[in-house]
Amino acid sequence: MTNETKPFMPAAKKLLVTSSPHLHENITTARVMWDVNLALLPALLMALYNFRGKAAIVILMSVLGAVVAEWAIQKFLFKKPCSIADGSAILTGILFAFCVPAALPWWIAFLGGVVAISLGKQVYGGLGQNIFNPAHVARAILLASWPVYMTTWLKPAGVAATDAITCATPLGVLKEASRNPELLNQLSEKGTSLITHTLNQLQVSFSDLFLGLKLSGSLGETSKLALLIGGLYLLIRGHITWHAPVSMIATVFAGALVLGGSLEFAIFHLLTGGLIIGAIFMITDMVTSPMTNTGQLIFGFGCGAITLLIRMKGGYPEGVCYSILIMNSIVPLIDKFTVPTKFGMVAPKEVKA
Amino acid sequence: MLSIRTFEGGLHPPELKNTADKCIVNLPLPEKVILHVSQHIGAPAKPLFKITDKVETGQVIAEPGGFVSARIHATISGKIIGAGNFMHPFGVPSPAIVIERNQETPEPEYPPENGFNLDLAEIKTRIQNAGLVGLGGATFPTHVKLSPPENKPIDTVILNGVECEPALTSDHRLMLEEGDKIISGLKLILKVLNAKKGIIGIENNKQDAIKLLSEKVKGEANIEVQPLEVKYPQGGEKQLIMACLDREVPSGALPMDVGVVVQNVATAAAVADAVNLKRPLIERVVTLAGNCVKNPGNYRVRIGTTVDEFIRMTGGLKEGVEPVKVIMGGPMMGFAMFDMNIPIIKGTSGILVWDKEEAKICEQTACIRCGRCIRACPMNLMPQQLKRVIDTKKWDQADTLGILDCMECGSCAFTCPAGLPLIQTFKMGKKMVMAERKKAQAK
Repeated sequence: MTNETKPFMPAAKKLLVTSSPHLHENITTARVMWDVNLALLPALLMALYNFRGKAAIVILMSVLGAVVAEWAIQKFLFKKPCSIADGSAILTGILFAFCVPAALPWWIAFLGGVVAISLGKQVYGGLGQNIFNPAHVARAILLASWPVYMTTWLKPAGVAATDAITCATPLGVLKEASRNPELLNQLSEKGTSLITHTLNQLQVSFSDLFLGLKLSGSLGETSKLALLIGGLYLLIRGHITWHAPVSMIATVFAGALVLGGSLEFAIFHLLTGGLIIGAIFMITDMVTSPMTNTGQLIFGFGCGAITLLIRMKGGYPEGVCYSILIMNSIVPLIDKFTVPTKFGMVAPKEVKA
Repeated sequence: MLSIRTFEGGLHPPELKNTADKCIVNLPLPEKVILHVSQHIGAPAKPLFKITDKVETGQVIAEPGGFVSARIHATISGKIIGAGNFMHPFGVPSPAIVIERNQETPEPEYPPENGFNLDLAEIKTRIQNAGLVGLGGATFPTHVKLSPPENKPIDTVILNGVECEPALTSDHRLMLEEGDKIISGLKLILKVLNAKKGIIGIENNKQDAIKLLSEKVKGEANIEVQPLEVKYPQGGEKQLIMACLDREVPSGALPMDVGVVVQNVATAAAVADAVNLKRPLIERVVTLAGNCVKNPGNYRVRIGTTVDEFIRMTGGLKEGVEPVKVIMGGPMMGFAMFDMNIPIIKGTSGILVWDKEEAKICEQTACIRCGRCIRACPMNLMPQQLKRVIDTKKWDQADTLGILDCMECGSCAFTCPAGLPLIQTFKMGKKMVMAERKKAQAK
């Protein structure tokens, strides 16, 4: 004990007063976004392996477009501090590049990034405010504007050289074949299934579909393995839960099994197109998906069902993009009907003395 | 030993319990105490003396202002030198009595007797007269909890030894050093409530306390120690009851509605002192921690001691480390102090003096609807939605979404990647919704 009575704090010095809690978990929005970017790295490497320089150009231009748009809109239009460092614009750029072909001219890729940020995100007020997945908004708009460029698929590196430098995607071949009555007749006479025909046509196996080798398609969707590695990372880091992805994938699988009648058909649908990238990276976009686990199960189911509907009955070979955009629009509704039951919503318990 | 149990939701803040091995040190008497007449939930106590009156340690200086209220005792002998509004730990000036110590007056002695054989009315009276309130921090008057209405029989008493708040270790030390007293208090509470079973709930990070108390209750058929998974906010009354008994306290109801009374372990020890020694609540164990203090530890200190004098008695602050934030209570639910001249009250379990690094505030960004707050909420609320409706002043919607079920545990704000001030918003929202309810009733 001391007799000194001088207070510890000089009167002019103020203590910091804030509301509780005074501790904060070591997590920020930027950290979440950069983690998702990191989770996309395996798929990015596979894109570079498969499509080499072309992939690099599309990805770079798309990211550049997204970042420039984010910077310009925040600086000149909203006059807000620039938030490029949080990694969300870069993420949108990468995701857009991942759902377009490698043959895309550089200026469309750039435009895609710009459209994703401007019409997909900033038009709603910026981060956290958008209703639709920005990357898919851009893809839908550009697909309507330059349908040929957006569906000209490049042959991946490592495929036996032939005259053509472009080729069809597995889902494209399947759609073509299923619309050709003559071919269907021939196949049924020979006893070959549609799926076998498609795989033979492309000279690929199921394991190629899974690993993403010798396979044409959008940049990021080819290697399911790479996407699953990224998904596992996000799951471990706690940024996503299993609900939406499992629900979407299971819905497509079960639906294809029932409607297609064979396991082969179901596995084919699982491993082709943008289903896996959609299930792991698109419908888990926090901003545009429901917030509760139940909501995410419903959301994933809807996305899966519409995807399969478009693939099997629609005009397009692939339906992941539109299914997600459609389901995005009813997220507020899902949120409204999946409010969790509060703790304590029970009748008082009878207690005997 | 029983299997480890827990509740749903919650999370794992850093434990920061660096003072767990520091024995309780009895501090000397302070030169001055500031005794607020409102140190409990309920009506403020009514002062009995005027300035210049002389009082002695343990003397009642303010009588309860109603049934849900508690006595205030002089915690040192001396002269009343001031009365009026003084800054309360909760951040508002409120009436208090200031006593300056008279060095000569000897401290009173409290001869022990066996309170267990006293009749029920006498035990209850002694508890009430001692001015006991819940020492875990909620400061609900103890005698009220021990007087449930006749149609609400109590079958189980849970002692809360969870201490889930990071940094606090006062209950942990008390369990290790005064286990017998805690068990004696529990027996008295069981007797008063005519309850069949007593459970002492302790989180699994306090193995020594679990072991020691299990050993001590071995011979007691109706008392057991329940180890609990380490998870915040396990010490929340409703969470603790869920974890120990799998009983869900209905929204808006009290533990007694499911036949349970929960008391903090420190309260049980104080009950034992109040009944066996007739000793009023004049001191408590407070954890002192944080980067700025020279001697962090657990200290027994007189209630009413100012934070400034308390720290001085423990050896003061470190040279060259500037205190930036002073917290009364734990880091998750404690209150930040405006200055250090604020007194320790009955519910003060810890004083944290933090430097710049510890007091760092995170940057606020936009909500990205990640749902982490929803997964963390132990009351199953939707903090993100609640903030949205409160920010837009939709009080009726906030009410429907269950704002009044929020216990301000801070889990949502702790885990929010956008660093949003969720609890600050909810504290305001709760006040507004309660005011709206009152308005509606008046119509």
